[in-house]
Amino acid sequence: MPAPTTATATATTNNNPPTPLDFKESDTIPLPPPKPFQPSLRHPASRKSIYDRALSRPPSSTSLPAFAHLFNTLITYHHAKSASVSEIEGRLNRAGYPIGIKMLDLLLYRQGGKAVRPTRLLDLLQFVHGVLWRGLFGRAADALEQSTSKREEYMIVDNEPVVNTYISIPKEMSQLNCAAFVAGIIEGVCDASGFGTEGVSAHWGEGDEMWPGKTIFLLRFQEKVVEREEGIKAAGG
Amino acid sequence: MHYFTITRSVVFALLIINKAGGLIFNRTFAPGLQKLDSNDYLILAGTFHGIHAISRSINPAPPEPQTQPPATHPRRPITTGIESLESSHFRLTCYQTATGVKFLLFTSPEQPNTEVVVRRCYEIFGDFVMKNPFYNLEMPVRVEKFERALAGYLVRP
Repeated sequence: MPAPTTATATATTNNNPPTPLDFKESDTIPLPPPKPFQPSLRHPASRKSIYDRALSRPPSSTSLPAFAHLFNTLITYHHAKSASVSEIEGRLNRAGYPIGIKMLDLLLYRQGGKAVRPTRLLDLLQFVHGVLWRGLFGRAADALEQSTSKREEYMIVDNEPVVNTYISIPKEMSQLNCAAFVAGIIEGVCDASGFGTEGVSAHWGEGDEMWPGKTIFLLRFQEKVVEREEGIKAAGG
Repeated sequence: MHYFTITRSVVFALLIINKAGGLIFNRTFAPGLQKLDSNDYLILAGTFHGIHAISRSINPAPPEPQTQPPATHPRRPITTGIESLESSHFRLTCYQTATGVKFLLFTSPEQPNTEVVVRRCYEIFGDFVMKNPFYNLEMPVRVEKFERALAGYLVRP
């Protein structure tokens, strides 16, 4: 059978709908031409961009109100898209996770010398309690505890998280703790150090009159991480 | 010769009025004012909002400063509304912010530095209400940290 020359010829002779290979000019809509790339890297008069700044020298001080307004927008955005308190906390957790991964590298770099990532569980916890908190908030966390009932659970206590300074939770959402963002940062640090977690969550520390904003970060390590740690300890490491 | 004067400088109450004239915050910190019910406070706020606007229009215009070059067209002089109202029992200080929110502070007449006090209240408002993600603009203020900070600042222990 001769090859059809036009689609209409095919339709009239075969009485079949045109096959997908039949290509007509009017079937296509031309795409707009791609926009030229506009670099958004700022180059002030000194011709140096943000990549030229020394990593080892942290900025002298960042404005807390500026952070508060940005964090405010983040919370409002996730609050509008979430159906429940736990969903908001999950989203804040995911927002903080990539920061944790980058903070680990940055803080180790700033420690200088032959600093290595913590390889033992206790070292990791000390790192989070001390170095990470100081890098983020300028002070160490308040307490580090191990759960008595479950050996894979550890708790870091902060009496007054800096991120919650200006936030008052309304009564209908009293379970929400916006320090879930910081919990995401901790989770990022733990995962990047090779200590996988089942999740890091932020809970209100109940019943403390002196510190109404007390927050407890619950770190739940994976079973295999705990077993690895026990194995190293048994071998005398 | 020394003699003591007992000055009772007391802050009685703070009212906050939003841009539209509605009352968004109302708290009494010390007794001394007549008890009003919540509806009366709403009426008071709305009335004051109207009077403030009227007083701004009839305020005599301040003289043009000599140092400025003559404008190409005469600009409307910048006038303010009522800033303070004093009687023998109380003084009312009104501070209008750049965004149109009015802070009404009721104090005893002997209270010094009412300007400073009302400005500090504005600062506390800016901190704990404006930076709170769960506060909707122009709505009544129900923010726990704001009330705690305000009580800590205004209530004499």
